[in-house]
Amino acid sequence: MEPVMAVAIGMLYAAAIFLMLRRSIVKLVIGLMLLSNAANLLIFTSAGMIRGAPPLIPEGLPAPPGAVADPLPQAVVLTAIVIAFGVLAFAVVLIRRAYEIVKADDLDKMKETDT
Amino acid sequence: MIQFAVLSGFVLAAFAPLFHQWFGGRASFVLAVFPALLALWFLGQVPAVMQGEVLYLQLDWVPSLGMSLSFMIDGLALLFALLITVIGTFVLIYAGGYLKGHRDLVRFHVVMLAFMVSMLGLVLADGLITLFVFWELTSITSYLLIGFSHADIEARKSARQGLFVTFGGGLALMAGLVLLGTASGSWSLAEITAGGVDLREHDLYLPMLLCLLLAAFTKSAQFPFHFWLPNAMAAPTPVSAYLHSATMVKAGIYLLARLQPSLGGTEAWIGILSVVGAFTMFTGAFLAIRHTNIKKMLAYSTVMALGTLTMLLGIGTEGALITFVTFLLAHSLYKGALFMVAGILDHETGTKDITAMGGLRPLMPVTAIIAVIAALSLAGAPPLFGFIAKELMFEAVLEAQTFGLLILLLAFVSAFLTIAVAAIIALRPFFGERRATPRVAHEAPLSMLLGPACLAALSLLLGVVPVLAGMGVLTAAASAVMGEPVTVSLSLWHGINIPLVMSIVTLGLGYALFRRWDRVRAHLARLNPVVARGPEAGYEAIMHWVTVVSDWQTRILQNGYMRNYILVMVVVLIALIGNSLLLRHPLEIVFEFDVRFHEVIVVAMMVLGALFAAISRSRLSAVVSVGIMGFSIALTFILFSAPDLGITQLLVETLTVILLVLVLFRLPRFASLSTPLERVRDILVAGSLGVLVTLLILTAWGIDQFIPISEYMIENSVPLAHGRNIVNVILVDYRSLDTLGEIFVLALAAIGVIAMLKLRAPIKSAKPSAPEKESGHG
Repeated sequence: MEPVMAVAIGMLYAAAIFLMLRRSIVKLVIGLMLLSNAANLLIFTSAGMIRGAPPLIPEGLPAPPGAVADPLPQAVVLTAIVIAFGVLAFAVVLIRRAYEIVKADDLDKMKETDT
Repeated sequence: MIQFAVLSGFVLAAFAPLFHQWFGGRASFVLAVFPALLALWFLGQVPAVMQGEVLYLQLDWVPSLGMSLSFMIDGLALLFALLITVIGTFVLIYAGGYLKGHRDLVRFHVVMLAFMVSMLGLVLADGLITLFVFWELTSITSYLLIGFSHADIEARKSARQGLFVTFGGGLALMAGLVLLGTASGSWSLAEITAGGVDLREHDLYLPMLLCLLLAAFTKSAQFPFHFWLPNAMAAPTPVSAYLHSATMVKAGIYLLARLQPSLGGTEAWIGILSVVGAFTMFTGAFLAIRHTNIKKMLAYSTVMALGTLTMLLGIGTEGALITFVTFLLAHSLYKGALFMVAGILDHETGTKDITAMGGLRPLMPVTAIIAVIAALSLAGAPPLFGFIAKELMFEAVLEAQTFGLLILLLAFVSAFLTIAVAAIIALRPFFGERRATPRVAHEAPLSMLLGPACLAALSLLLGVVPVLAGMGVLTAAASAVMGEPVTVSLSLWHGINIPLVMSIVTLGLGYALFRRWDRVRAHLARLNPVVARGPEAGYEAIMHWVTVVSDWQTRILQNGYMRNYILVMVVVLIALIGNSLLLRHPLEIVFEFDVRFHEVIVVAMMVLGALFAAISRSRLSAVVSVGIMGFSIALTFILFSAPDLGITQLLVETLTVILLVLVLFRLPRFASLSTPLERVRDILVAGSLGVLVTLLILTAWGIDQFIPISEYMIENSVPLAHGRNIVNVILVDYRSLDTLGEIFVLALAAIGVIAMLKLRAPIKSAKPSAPEKESGHG
């Protein structure tokens, strides 16, 4: 499965970077979302992908009976998902505010520090 | 523990404002008790050090880094420490009168005390790194004191100049000390001067020497770095008297003297030091008589003295080193007194221009006496201590082997120029025709007379009874510089010999020059264009080009175009990943193809969603595509054993879509702003990164360098943390601080969002008016 995921993640990265290079500020934000998702998948995939073995321990046992998926990347990605959402919320409100003040969604018109 | 006593000065500096509340205008006198007590302690050490003992006070600071707060008190350190504390006491008392009622007197005390402690630390420190720290502290405090009158643009400019020059030297010092530490294998000055490794034969000797000399020359205003010192006269006079004549500028000299036993005596040392010193001596003396500003004259004569000291270290014979310590002491005494006299004149008459003063003796009799005594010592007239120092100096110069004739000539010329300067300073303001000054002069208050009077009296006393100085700390100091015991026996009368003849001739010539000073100055004005092209012009040119280049590169790098920044970052990333992935390692791709049909469908939806979002021309379809991608990712997580991730992703994705719909639709429609060419370029860049990431994953997947640490977490999840969902246990237990940080980030983002949505009234009303803009940029 990993080769397929590798290609998919590469495409996500390409789409994200392409969007971030646009001048439209809305596209920049969408690019940012794609980028954070792609990075999450990158971490998740690089630990290896195992089917049907979640890192859970059944009642009554001290440890999982067999091999389970690596829980550490999952924990890291979980944190990353939540933080990415926080950043996104902030960015979205920020560009909305910037648009109200600058009256432009063209990043090239936002290159001065004075409004 | 004397270390703590000395360092407590920093605490005292911090609490100096409190003293102003308690004692008001008398705070200066109360604070002067601190250096006075330290001076007494150091005086108490004189007998022991006289016996040739070296007091070594061990105190570790950061032992793992080899940093110590150990103090080494030998003759040299003791001489400096005494000068710093004694003159510091007088200067603080003097400042109480000079800056009486000044609104920034508090700031003055804070910085002045901090400087005093830094300077003491510098001369007492045993560790090389500690020495460096204190060295830089003196540069910073000096900067703050030169720029004391911060409303004055000249003061700010001079302060910055002093800072740049001395910090430039500080960098060289760092390098030099590291080389010294590496070459000698020890970070303690005591061990290095005790010998062991012969540093003169070491491969690193020359680079080490050059770095350390650069540091010393910038700090001690040697040619061609002498220009910052006269400009530093923008500082209040107590500062000039203390930092820029008696103490800080001698830090470089101290460093050289400290290293003389370990590094001195080689051809490079003798050649560089004697020539640079002699040339600095001449430059200082020559430039001094061009000026009419009394502080500038004194500053240039300080440059002259610093040059003399460097030259004496260069000559390096036993006689020269005895002269070195004698001259050092003599100079600190008379120059401190003269600067304070200059401050009195400035304070009482309202001008610094010496040609505007005259006939002040009946009005200020005490100041006049002090000025004459101190100036006689500067001129080197008997029976003052300066005379002894000058006689010895001529003797030492006559002994010089390398460049002997050149040095002799420069010393001779400098001596009679200095005598003229001394005569001008002592005689012009006080004798001759009475001149009207901007302020009607009065005798200075006692607080301002005490310091210069004591220093002048010391000059006289040591001149008449030189055995006091010789018996005192000078023998120990000369031994420390020499690296072996020497005896200093000073006397006024050496019999009729060449130095005496030279003294008499220079006194005559100097007096003649004094009589014709006004005419000579007019002639010297013709040299102005030459002087204007001196090293200071070089400094200005460097600063100019630094500004031009940084302006240019800021325009290039900080161009304000977001996409350019991202483009640069991505291209650099491609270059770095590509370099290590494709060029430095053979590409090993593990390719195991184990795929189920439904998984491919999910992944395909994910990719299509992303790609469609990238090319979509409408906001709605872009948001929908992103949503599809997000839900496909959630499915992927669930399919591959990560139910927690799947749940979180689902929740977040739902929220995201709602957020985008709510907010983004108040924004304008997608605009197509780029040209086709730009799009092609962006596709190429984005595509290359995508390909590289794919290759990276395929390569990284086959590499197992470390055993995963999660084994521990899986095994201990139930026994230690009592949790059955291992991912949850990691989040709230093993790595709970990460989660705390995450909560913090979310809270910050939430606060930011609320601030941007709610706090809008002030910004809407604030039409930026001109003065507001000004303050905003300041």
